[in-house]
Amino acid sequence: MTINATGVYYRQLNEQIRAAFNNGADEVVVENVCGHRYLGTSLRSGRIVINGVPGNDLGAFMDGAEIIVRGNAQDGVGNTMNAGKIVIHGHAGDILGYAQRGGKIFVQDSVGYRAGIHMKAYHDHFPVVVVGGTAQDYLGEYMAGGILAVLNLNSGDQLAAGDYIGTGMHGGVIYLRGTVEAYQLGQEVGLECLEESDWQSLGSILGEYCTEFDRDPAQFCQGDFVKLTPRSTRPYGRLYVY
Amino acid sequence: MNTPSCGGPPGKSMNRRDRGKDIGGCAISGIMAENGELFSGELVMRSIANMRERANGLGGGYAAYGIYPQHKDHYALHVMYESGQDQQTTEQIIQQNCLIHEAEPIPTHPLHVIKQRPLLHRYFVTVKPEQLERYYDLSEDDIMANIVMTINTDVSGGFVFSSGKNMGIFKGVGYPEDIGQFFRVDEYDAYIWIAHGRYPTNTTGWWGGAHPFGLLEWSVVHNGEISSYGINRRYLANFGYYCTLQTDTEVIAYIFDLLLRKHDLPLEVACMAMAPPFWAEIERMAPEQRELARTIRTVYGGALLNGPFSVVVGHSTGMIGFNDRIKLRPMVAARHEDRLYIASEEAAITEICPKPDVTWHAQGGVPIVGKLKNGAEDSAVAQVAG
Repeated sequence: MTINATGVYYRQLNEQIRAAFNNGADEVVVENVCGHRYLGTSLRSGRIVINGVPGNDLGAFMDGAEIIVRGNAQDGVGNTMNAGKIVIHGHAGDILGYAQRGGKIFVQDSVGYRAGIHMKAYHDHFPVVVVGGTAQDYLGEYMAGGILAVLNLNSGDQLAAGDYIGTGMHGGVIYLRGTVEAYQLGQEVGLECLEESDWQSLGSILGEYCTEFDRDPAQFCQGDFVKLTPRSTRPYGRLYVY
Repeated sequence: MNTPSCGGPPGKSMNRRDRGKDIGGCAISGIMAENGELFSGELVMRSIANMRERANGLGGGYAAYGIYPQHKDHYALHVMYESGQDQQTTEQIIQQNCLIHEAEPIPTHPLHVIKQRPLLHRYFVTVKPEQLERYYDLSEDDIMANIVMTINTDVSGGFVFSSGKNMGIFKGVGYPEDIGQFFRVDEYDAYIWIAHGRYPTNTTGWWGGAHPFGLLEWSVVHNGEISSYGINRRYLANFGYYCTLQTDTEVIAYIFDLLLRKHDLPLEVACMAMAPPFWAEIERMAPEQRELARTIRTVYGGALLNGPFSVVVGHSTGMIGFNDRIKLRPMVAARHEDRLYIASEEAAITEICPKPDVTWHAQGGVPIVGKLKNGAEDSAVAQVAG
């Protein structure tokens, strides 16, 4: 089923998408999307293909559906997403995966500031974000759980991420492809090499990422990555204790 | 938006709508043709309208450069009045100081959603020769800035909201697309357009408080708040700039005027003064760059803007977009052929330019700069004359 978003306000567009799934559609293709917000909010199933630039908070609270964006995305992709998958064939803006609690977000190109801010994991809920290009500052800020990987595939000798990586991080793990300078790290993170178990979990995620974007997983090797983890699960536990 | 809660300038009450604190984000958009090509305001209206969710109907506005080629050597004063009495008082001040080459109401189009509008007039003026002689130690720009400051501080119901040459600001209380229709913005052609949709969070929505803010050739649209407003305001008072508009954004316009026009700093250095690198970053710089950054931070501490913001600034030869240092407000930029686009959201650019040559996300504290190509200003004037 195809919906034309031209001239349709975002609320009506979301209603049309929801109605299509309620009427039994498995997939909805939305054409001419341009800034329509909150697409796919809280959806449990189905697949949305978006042609254009979706607005802020794409897939917010999403709970199992799949969104494919053939274009760039804006800020707040997967805000508080619970389950499902978002694949962006382009770049994305700031706070990608904000408070993401589960599911996967795959981005072909680069992302803005604060990707993975306050991602969190609990029992079998385990969020994953993979960025194909680079990430700007404050990657994984206040991160509490899950996996956040930046592959730096397109930028030549540029570093994978900006400054203040993992500021306030207290859970989860960040994998960066390439080098990272000590000054780029927030005070709360430590830098390590990958262990075999890291490579196993990252490897299967990279396999899925490569399938989405038609890339060769053989281009990745364990030695190209570094791992960032929090030094403490409670970095500010004594901040206000005098 | 961030100002003392005392209610602002005495008497400046043009349809202030008092509201509690709302959570929201403003929208900003700017388009510049670096080759000086003139284009209708219809384009920027569509761009800002795309971000309607970021505004709440309490402010919208535009600044346009290149719109008055027939008056290109005259200051175009756009003034709003609460009453005929305010108009008389203000016109006396203008007449005492200026030669008025033309005066008329600002053309508007009646629109039901635009309510309680003030009287809107424009005057094309130059400073009187005797005033230039009397204030021989000041430039014509300085004298004009003083006249604007005098009206805005002394006349309770009169407010000069635009004072540059061959440019004009159009703004008021309403959604930006409605304000654009009201001021017939699509009937003007300019080489730079900047636009704003307001969602006031800390102060009231009133006609003068809508963006852009302007002084002389500078105009500013702003999303966010300037937490350093108090420091900036006191710093600017040392140089004769008085903040009267109940909103933090005006300090940005005055700082640009101070650093670029009066202190003649290069644009990049002025932006560095307003959003300087952190000390740790300065320590990692090459020696010469480090010395510059240290000096700027030391000398221009009072011009440092703190808090979350993204702004677009227009002036006669260019457009600048820049963010606070840790990028707490959104900004996307794109280039397509000779045009530079800056907006709060990417869709506001693709709405009017579906396939830009390049699109990128701004970096905190790093200005995005558009400049008129050499001679492009003359060609912009010639396009109209021809």
